Amino acid sequence: MKLPVIGQNAAQAALFLLLLLAVPYTLPNEYYLSICILGALNAVIAVGLNLLMGYAGQVSLGHAAFYGLGAYATAIATARFGLPIPAGMAIGVSLATVVAWVVAAPTLKLKGHYLAMATLGFGIIVSIVFNEAVDLTGGPSGYVGIPRLALFGYEFASDHSYYNLMAVVLTFVVLLSLNLMKSRTGRALRALHVSEKAAASLGVDIAAHKRFVFVLSAALAGLAGVLYAHYLSFIAPASFGFGFSVQLVVMVVLGGMASVWGSVAGALFLTALPEALREFEDIDILVYGAILVLTIMFLPDGLAGGLSRLSRRLRRLRRQGDAS
Amino acid sequence: MFAGAPQYLVSGLTQGAAYGLIGLGFTMIFNTTGIINFAQGEFVMLGGMLSVCLLGAGLPLPLAIVLACLATAAIGGLMERLAIRPIAGAPAVNAVIITIGVSILLRGGAMLAFGKDTHALPAFSGTAPILALGAAIQPQSLWVLAVTLALLAALKLFFTATIQGKAMLACSCQKKAASLVGISVARMALLSFAISGLIGATAGAILAPITMTAYDVGMMLGLKGFAACILGGLGNPFGAAAGGLVLGVLESFGAGFIASGYKDAFAFVVLLLLLFVKPSGLFGKAGVERV
Repeated sequence: MKLPVIGQNAAQAALFLLLLLAVPYTLPNEYYLSICILGALNAVIAVGLNLLMGYAGQVSLGHAAFYGLGAYATAIATARFGLPIPAGMAIGVSLATVVAWVVAAPTLKLKGHYLAMATLGFGIIVSIVFNEAVDLTGGPSGYVGIPRLALFGYEFASDHSYYNLMAVVLTFVVLLSLNLMKSRTGRALRALHVSEKAAASLGVDIAAHKRFVFVLSAALAGLAGVLYAHYLSFIAPASFGFGFSVQLVVMVVLGGMASVWGSVAGALFLTALPEALREFEDIDILVYGAILVLTIMFLPDGLAGGLSRLSRRLRRLRRQGDAS
Repeated sequence: MFAGAPQYLVSGLTQGAAYGLIGLGFTMIFNTTGIINFAQGEFVMLGGMLSVCLLGAGLPLPLAIVLACLATAAIGGLMERLAIRPIAGAPAVNAVIITIGVSILLRGGAMLAFGKDTHALPAFSGTAPILALGAAIQPQSLWVLAVTLALLAALKLFFTATIQGKAMLACSCQKKAASLVGISVARMALLSFAISGLIGATAGAILAPITMTAYDVGMMLGLKGFAACILGGLGNPFGAAAGGLVLGVLESFGAGFIASGYKDAFAFVVLLLLLFVKPSGLFGKAGVERV
């Protein structure tokens, strides 16, 4: 029996959720759980960024800014002005969304490296504001005292409960992205990636579609930022700088462009890698760089492409085995 | 209020000349390979740090700087040979990610080899300021400007009067046609990485007496260099140099008249506004797209 596409996506997502929910029972201690939570947060941003980069073909070197806007907005709203957490979260996500919507119009007219430069410049400006607007953001030393997430009277006090929440959020984002890419909008985005002129001649509104996917990916980054702030209860500008924007792009490319599952894999891989390299102590950064270079050299289409090639080869081997 | 203007102009031009050189390095590689090299800033860092290191080992200053620049050129060439050439044919974004990986490697290596301290190179000819036009000019500023001009002239000569330079220019116009007339595109890519390393390291060495140097200065300098070549119009080496000067002056005036903490932001705001008005940079030709 073959399910319709939407059903297939839902089935995959359900399986993914079960897998995620099972992970904590295999981990030796709480510390690993916190890495998993950060990995899931990064995966939410990476999946969103991949919609923009991998599917629509628009580079962004400034997505850390939207992550930071979400985090700072909810931090200031809840810790300074004492607003309830859901309100703070709504403000955080809305701020990232609105800023993205405003920035999108002039920025997305640019192409290629000029677009990369503009998003990069935007990201740097925002991170300088985080550093310099000390009265509002606490400056380079960061913002403390953000309340831990509590929704509808339930406080996500333990890391395990927070992890479960993240598993649900990530699954939802993955499902949304999978379905979106199978929709009319998704096809339009892929078409404009290949040729804007051809897509426009088929009636795709290029500017509106680019803006939509840019704003969507920024909103997802904002959502991750909000959840990050209420998880750690401490944020600092260093987490939202150019370095993190670059890391997000690396997650997307390393995972595999235009692959939702690839971005999840890329984000989890790059979040876990520095932790796994702790035992190399001083040279961990060298090993990290080397792994990055070698992965791209030997898996040019990312982890997702590598896996699908591997499974194809296995299938062929099995078929040959059946035939003989 | 404008009393400080000449002073800001001089420091802006000095800083800007260095940005221009860094941008020039980006342009060299971009023109022959189509890659934005994120390790460009690390070349600059290596130029400064290797000079400091060789000087500390007892070499005279000029020799230390020349050796540092040559070593960085060799590193640039090696990078092309070992990390970029093997993935020829892969999408450009993969090559860009590789350059990010290489920059992490170079930065990590520098941290291990030279430590985390900030170092200053001694000024090339003393620090007694020259008073002129209402500004106190550091002799090192003159060195920076002179070396930048000399390098630009040398490049101009290279592109117009040598067969290698013309071949490289041909590659940037049309790779396929260049290889049809017998130019080895791969060799040109190697050469462009090496020259780019040389230029970047020179920028790092002449800037080190003014702004100090450390293992982690590369990233911000690289960004400024990228901004310089975008500002000037990507692909135009002399546009990149001019873009660097504009960026340096903007930054210096922003820091002087607005707020020093926001100096980097100010330069980028102007850059963004410019891009929104003129999407192909100051001196870039508006591209004609074929469908």
